[in-house]
Amino acid sequence: MKQRSDSRFISFVAQFKQNRAALAGATIVLLLVFVTLFAPQLSPHDPIKACLDERLTAPCMEYPFGTDQLGRCIFSRVLYGSRVSLSVGLIVVGIAATIGVVLGIISGYCGGVPDEIIMRLVDAMLAFPSLFLALAIAGILGAGFINVILAITVVEWTRYARVMRGSILSVKENYYVEAAKSLGASDFYIVTRHIVPNAITPIIVVATLGIATVILAAASLGFLGFGVQPPTPEWGMMLNDGRLFMRRAPWLMIFPGLAIMITILAFNLLGDGLRDAWDPRLRERRRER
Amino acid sequence: MSLLSITQLKVHFPTQDGIVKAVNTIDLEIANNERLGLIGETGCGKTVLGMSIIRLLPPSTTIEGEIRYKGNDLLKLTEKEIRKIRGKEIAMILQNPTTSLNPVLKVGDQIAEAIKLHQGLDRRAAKAKAVEMLEAVKIPDATKRANEYPHQFSGGMKERAMIAMGLACDPAMIIADEPTKGLDVTVKKQIVKLMKEVTTQKTMLFITHDLGVAAEICDNITVMYAGELMEYANTEAIFKNPMHPYTQGFLNSLPSMGLKAIKGMSPSLIDLPSGCRFHPRCDFADAKCRTEHPELIEVEKSHYARCFQYA
Amino acid sequence: MLKYIIKRLILLIPILFLVTLISFSLLFIIPGDPAETILTGPGGGADPKAVEEFRIKMGLDKPIYIQYFTWLESILHGNLGYSYQSKRPVIDTILSRFHATLKLAIVSMIISLMISIPLGIISAIKQYSAIDNVSMAGALLGVSMPNFWQGLLLILLFAVTLGWLPVAGYGDHGDLEHMILPAITLGTSSAAITTRLMRSTMLETINQDYIQAARAKGLSERVVIGKHALKNALIPVVTMIGLNFAYLLDGSVVVETIFAWPGIGLLMVESIYLRDYPMIQGCILFVAIIFIFVNLMVDILYTYLDPRIRYETKE
Repeated sequence: MKQRSDSRFISFVAQFKQNRAALAGATIVLLLVFVTLFAPQLSPHDPIKACLDERLTAPCMEYPFGTDQLGRCIFSRVLYGSRVSLSVGLIVVGIAATIGVVLGIISGYCGGVPDEIIMRLVDAMLAFPSLFLALAIAGILGAGFINVILAITVVEWTRYARVMRGSILSVKENYYVEAAKSLGASDFYIVTRHIVPNAITPIIVVATLGIATVILAAASLGFLGFGVQPPTPEWGMMLNDGRLFMRRAPWLMIFPGLAIMITILAFNLLGDGLRDAWDPRLRERRRER
Repeated sequence: MSLLSITQLKVHFPTQDGIVKAVNTIDLEIANNERLGLIGETGCGKTVLGMSIIRLLPPSTTIEGEIRYKGNDLLKLTEKEIRKIRGKEIAMILQNPTTSLNPVLKVGDQIAEAIKLHQGLDRRAAKAKAVEMLEAVKIPDATKRANEYPHQFSGGMKERAMIAMGLACDPAMIIADEPTKGLDVTVKKQIVKLMKEVTTQKTMLFITHDLGVAAEICDNITVMYAGELMEYANTEAIFKNPMHPYTQGFLNSLPSMGLKAIKGMSPSLIDLPSGCRFHPRCDFADAKCRTEHPELIEVEKSHYARCFQYA
Repeated sequence: MLKYIIKRLILLIPILFLVTLISFSLLFIIPGDPAETILTGPGGGADPKAVEEFRIKMGLDKPIYIQYFTWLESILHGNLGYSYQSKRPVIDTILSRFHATLKLAIVSMIISLMISIPLGIISAIKQYSAIDNVSMAGALLGVSMPNFWQGLLLILLFAVTLGWLPVAGYGDHGDLEHMILPAITLGTSSAAITTRLMRSTMLETINQDYIQAARAKGLSERVVIGKHALKNALIPVVTMIGLNFAYLLDGSVVVETIFAWPGIGLLMVESIYLRDYPMIQGCILFVAIIFIFVNLMVDILYTYLDPRIRYETKE
């Protein structure tokens, strides 16, 4: 079995390497992480300090993306904004995936009543358009980093539970689980040693695409005024600020929007690439041509 | 006189893993009213050979050689001209009736479609003809059945419907691809009987991996292996005096002969063995078989084999 | 098929129950005391007597489970409570606002399907061609582009710079000129998703054996694709419509806010600003029930369109 998963991993890497779009996505993601870590070093100005003399300056050498209504450097704010987006993305996906995976395991492995309860709850959660529900929660709790995370996590965990349950059900059919059971292994041992390692890859694919969804949701909340507290730079909020100055200073809304789009695009490319490299069904189909 | 003559046919197509050499320099003649069995294991290129006759292969395929039908080279026809051959002159019964029938169209309509197209009948007349065809393949209650969807048919009935579809426009030639695959024994017997009846006045290329079925239906049999023809003879000669070691092995693997499987696996069509394609699995292989490629030679009258034993 | 529908309806009961429970439990997360929060004026401080009266009037003094069942009972009578702000029944406001959302959603849906169905089909038939590559790149860009940004860019171009269309608003009755920009924003972004879906369904279909079988009959490529492939590939489009609808409802929050389109999305945002909890609760519950209903319709339609399912129960 070890060998089997090894060879599968190698072909997975080989597939992924051939996918140029996915490699581009991975490169942008790495670049984003770099920007997030070194935002203070990369930023030419303090992203928060207002400079009223320099209000609504068009992009120039000093301010590559121009300045906003308070004279703050938009380039620096965009760089710093990646911190909120990326950290919300990672934290929410981390928590949501953990909750979803645990519930998915319980649901898939135990079956019966726990499965029924969890899956009905998932169905009920999925009945709500996700932004509506996230907005209601974030709106009631009030703006703030933690509240944004809470609100989006509540709507995001369901997908992981479903995927995990699905892959457990398919792994459970496999002979080595039966074999382990007949050898008298405990449930905990079977789940951690045999089921989870085999079911975790689809979760990684879903999580990568999930980061894109979360960043979009967080930006939407920020745009509607339920994101992080000002003056922390956040892309969605910057866009909303820019709306009012659309005629005079369109750069206020051009650059943050571009930043959101590139970030989401990068995670989508990466996630699509991981999925294509993993899903043998898709791979076979490509081979036919 | 031969109705269809294939000369020097090569069919290759590119894939991610390399070029699949499905058909390698095949010469074959099918006479008028002859029923020829094309025998081989899965993946030997027999379906591709069948498909290439009516040019149902992906556009990336390279086809070399000639396929003359009534004297015209089918490979040189325009797309429009070959469409007039398909279904009307040469009908193909594809394998696997469950996936080859369109699930959202009524069976009768799927049969009537070709009749409308090739015989210029109107909708109602075509449908009536379709019902007739279903009766001809012995589907009971044909009028009602014509208005049903494929999933309402049993496996054997679907195969019958496929046969009806192939016969609908009274084609001169039929290419039947594994029509008995996956059917249980009784149903298989019925289908064989039906195939035999409906093709008495027709030319047929009968593609199968089932020697027993081929023996019942076919006048002549040719054995295909790794994209090449290994042996050709009339049915009796193939069974009484199989010449090629592969044919012998194939016969020995029949349940009635003791189920002795040929050792090894059939080669990938991407990476073909050198010399004789069969040498890695052959008990009689020597140095020459590994390096030199044997030709198909007439060992006895009208009995051909591709093996150095007879050279 | 009737059996299937009944089964489907029975399955809905626990989900509907959970949906009401989730909607209701939003009250738990209100920071502090709702009555106090509501009555606290801009200057701060609320009259304790007024707070107490308000609490009793709204039933906030009762135990939580009683509050839930009282609320559930009134919902079953079609009463979603009264707005803290206007004091009018929540359901009246929601229904009048939903009208605007529905109007926008339908037009957006038409735009979306008009783009995605032909584009998805062409992309599948001509896989890896220039047109396929361009439309797939476009779809990826569309999926990655936040619709609030797209909306703003459209305003910047067509309203602010060119002056062809109004910046925002509803006109008198949701006039066409006011609808164009929001409908394009929503329609194109949902088309980005549906084009990919349509392409993959179509790809799956044209690789089926029955497509080869149709060609073997001598049918022209137009008939093979237009009849045999399309009839199969269009069945999942029905599911796509359901999916699209969820996407459009979700997008309505942001797009209605940008374009000041007085639909349920904007109502939701306004109610949050105003801390009008019954209205928030009502909106959430309403969209969830609408969504469940749409999905039910889609499922039923699907079973009707697919003969494999339609005749299942007959056998």
